Amino acid sequence: MNLAEAAKNPEYVIEMLHITKEFPGIKANDDITLQLRKGEIHALLGENGAGKSTLMSVLFGLYQPEQGEIRKNGQVVQIRDPNDANDLNIGMVHQHFKLVECFSVLDNIILGVEDTKMGFLQKRAARKKVLALSEKYGLKVDPDALIQDISVGMQQRVEILKMLYRDNEILIFDEPTAVLTPQEIDELMQIMKDFAAEGKSILFISHKLAEIMAVADRCTVLRKGKYIGTVDTKDTTMEQLSAMMVGRQVNFKVDKQDAKPGEVVLDVQHVTVPSKVHKNNAVRDVSFQVRSGEIVCIAGIEGNGQTEFGYALTGLEKQSHGTFTLCGHDISHATVRSRSKDGMSHVPEDRHKYGLVLDYSLEQNLVLQRYWQPDFRNGPFIKFDAVRQYADRLIGEFDIRSGQGAVTTARSMSGGNQQKAIVARELDKDPKLLLAVQPTRGLDVGAIEYIHSQLVRKRDEGAAVLLISLELDEVMNLSDRILVMYEGEIVGEFDPKTVTVEELGLYMAGAKRTEMNA
Amino acid sequence: MKKLGNLREHPGFISLMASLLSILTGLVFGLVLLLILNPANAFAGMGNMLSNGIRDMGNVLYSSTPLIMAGLCIAFAYKVGLFNIGASGQYTMGAFFALVCAIGFQLPWPVCLLAAILGGAIWGFFPGFFKAKFNVNEVLTGILFNWIGMNLVNFLIPNLVIGGNGMLSTNWGGSASDRTAALADANPSAILPRLGLNKLFHYSYMNIGFILAILVAVLCWVILRKTVFGYELRACGLNRNAAQYAGINANKNIVLSMVISGALAGLGGGFYYLAGGGQLNLLQEISSVGFDGISVALLASCNPIACIFSAIFVSYINLGGIAMQSQGYATEATQIVISVIIYLAAFSLLMQTKIAGFLKRSGKKQKKEGVK
Repeated sequence: MNLAEAAKNPEYVIEMLHITKEFPGIKANDDITLQLRKGEIHALLGENGAGKSTLMSVLFGLYQPEQGEIRKNGQVVQIRDPNDANDLNIGMVHQHFKLVECFSVLDNIILGVEDTKMGFLQKRAARKKVLALSEKYGLKVDPDALIQDISVGMQQRVEILKMLYRDNEILIFDEPTAVLTPQEIDELMQIMKDFAAEGKSILFISHKLAEIMAVADRCTVLRKGKYIGTVDTKDTTMEQLSAMMVGRQVNFKVDKQDAKPGEVVLDVQHVTVPSKVHKNNAVRDVSFQVRSGEIVCIAGIEGNGQTEFGYALTGLEKQSHGTFTLCGHDISHATVRSRSKDGMSHVPEDRHKYGLVLDYSLEQNLVLQRYWQPDFRNGPFIKFDAVRQYADRLIGEFDIRSGQGAVTTARSMSGGNQQKAIVARELDKDPKLLLAVQPTRGLDVGAIEYIHSQLVRKRDEGAAVLLISLELDEVMNLSDRILVMYEGEIVGEFDPKTVTVEELGLYMAGAKRTEMNA
Repeated sequence: MKKLGNLREHPGFISLMASLLSILTGLVFGLVLLLILNPANAFAGMGNMLSNGIRDMGNVLYSSTPLIMAGLCIAFAYKVGLFNIGASGQYTMGAFFALVCAIGFQLPWPVCLLAAILGGAIWGFFPGFFKAKFNVNEVLTGILFNWIGMNLVNFLIPNLVIGGNGMLSTNWGGSASDRTAALADANPSAILPRLGLNKLFHYSYMNIGFILAILVAVLCWVILRKTVFGYELRACGLNRNAAQYAGINANKNIVLSMVISGALAGLGGGFYYLAGGGQLNLLQEISSVGFDGISVALLASCNPIACIFSAIFVSYINLGGIAMQSQGYATEATQIVISVIIYLAAFSLLMQTKIAGFLKRSGKKQKKEGVK
């Protein structure tokens, strides 16, 4: 290849060279270089807070870097906003979808690039194009359905179609699999491969190593805002990648002894919880027990009543029938506060909605479950010294990292550290019963390993742990007993040592069930 | 030099600079408007407006007292995530309760102030209660209770007879039948003490109400910032779900904060009508104090202490507007200019980010030059 040809047809379609981006108190990107070849799937791997999303936001024009340059096909380009990115054929599927809930699928796809005639929308051609694209790539959607009525997987297809509709050639996927079911993940992987085969270039942000190994050609690793390296996935292993990502060897298997179950801590009898979204009951006549010193896991596919069960158990919603007994006390109608005082801790499913007051500081969030205790108040006044001391102790013990320590606003912390703060707060209450709902959702392997080990530690200290999880790996690794929930009912109980993932899958999908008489 | 650098990055300094710059922008726009409306007198009009408040500081502070309270009322509710548009009704009820005690029951001023608090609190209770119990939007209830309060007071004042005496001015030797009696005639012991403040500020109605309002503002700040109760209230305002998750009774806090918010507005009504200068008019129009309170609170970014200063500013501009009329500007024109100035002054948040960005850039430049 001669020089002129090289200039016309450079090796890299997108180059981000020596990008540095600072936020108050933190260098989110420190001299990072990322080079994307045409037609490759390039993974961007890193822990929460490593700077992946920041780097992609720079490429998408949402942030302006302090240093560094971006090149497309060898030419330096300025990307001042997402419109510039779109003009350069860069498209992005954000982790949290950017869709108008009350608009139809078609309206969302054409939003911003609508055809008009004398001020009136012309949708016929657009509809044709969307249907053709949807046919070609197997991205099945109903163009007239409203976004609020379709599943998350379907919403993601809409986001992908949005990029295709704009003829984007460089596709960024930010944590695309976090919200998908296993089958949907397989489909997405295939679609990404099809895109790459067609010559589109894909940037795939993830911290799920198995997916990266399965789909990516190359992988760039970031750690704490710094560039660690770029490797070919065929020359590396999951262990090597994870070591690059967290800077040390990671245990994929949870270290734990056999459980020594003691007396019954939680007794659930015939609990039924009405649904808020449909007329049927979300949880139907559920009964089981959790003993001290064991981890019981409720497995199931999202939307089968696990969330509602968690809310009812903690008192955030009311059950219509049935009783909860905690250490011999009937708590069926107790308030949230009194359940908490009786020894229940709760790591909630949605850390932003329930777990944290995002505009409060870290220390204010760390005392959220105990600010009213005598240790932290002097009459009507808050003891600020005591709060600070307590927060500093938890920050140290649980290794919660943040820009400015105890006074950091929770909103500005990375997802992993936000979750660590919640786990620290809930575990330090010395609970008799710990309810952990999806405690590792969206976290990286380092943080997952840590939170798992903490749950096991609590179990060994004699707490009863009830884990509600959608991740089969987590279920198999962590639990001492597995209950499968399907359409609001417990359809099977298993020992993780004897059951296979396939078997669990059949129960989770409703293909099999055992009659339970707890 | 280092100290200066630290000062420049202090958030308080930046927000103060932002407020001052916004006010300046507002004044410049006001001047432009004056030039358009009546070019010949524009500079004299602006001069009048700005100097009047300084000449008449006593009146500015006196008039700012109910505004401080209305601003605190809005700010307090806002911190809990509620928009208390019913401040006017609560203000009117506070005034009414105070005057019933003062004129009707012939009670001394401290009792009248307590009555004002009670009146405002009762009128604040309703929007809070309906919000907590039935999830009725507090804005809707607040607006309706503004009308109910005004009409109720208009109905009761001419018809209420306590101890053989009515409440109207005519019942106490005055000549006007459309307003309550002057306190000087009806019950001088209900007039707020002046403690020489009237002489100090050369304004005859200046009294301890202003000082009390400042104390209440400080109290609000302490409650919100330093107490367990304030921690709960703000948690409810920032994230109601997380508050519930932490076992905080959000409904109780909604009602309580609306009661407190209403009490603040009611106390404002008490301060104004117990000063001795005001007589409650039977007009078919909702008191504007509650709405001015919204601008006061937003100008202050809902910080209770800052409400004191923003109320003084609004009062200063308002009085200045009246003085402008002597330069041949119609009342409507002055109202427009006043509104423009206050509106632009509320842009301080925008200014704040601009200033912070500017300081950061210039700071970096200095650092770089220093390195070179």
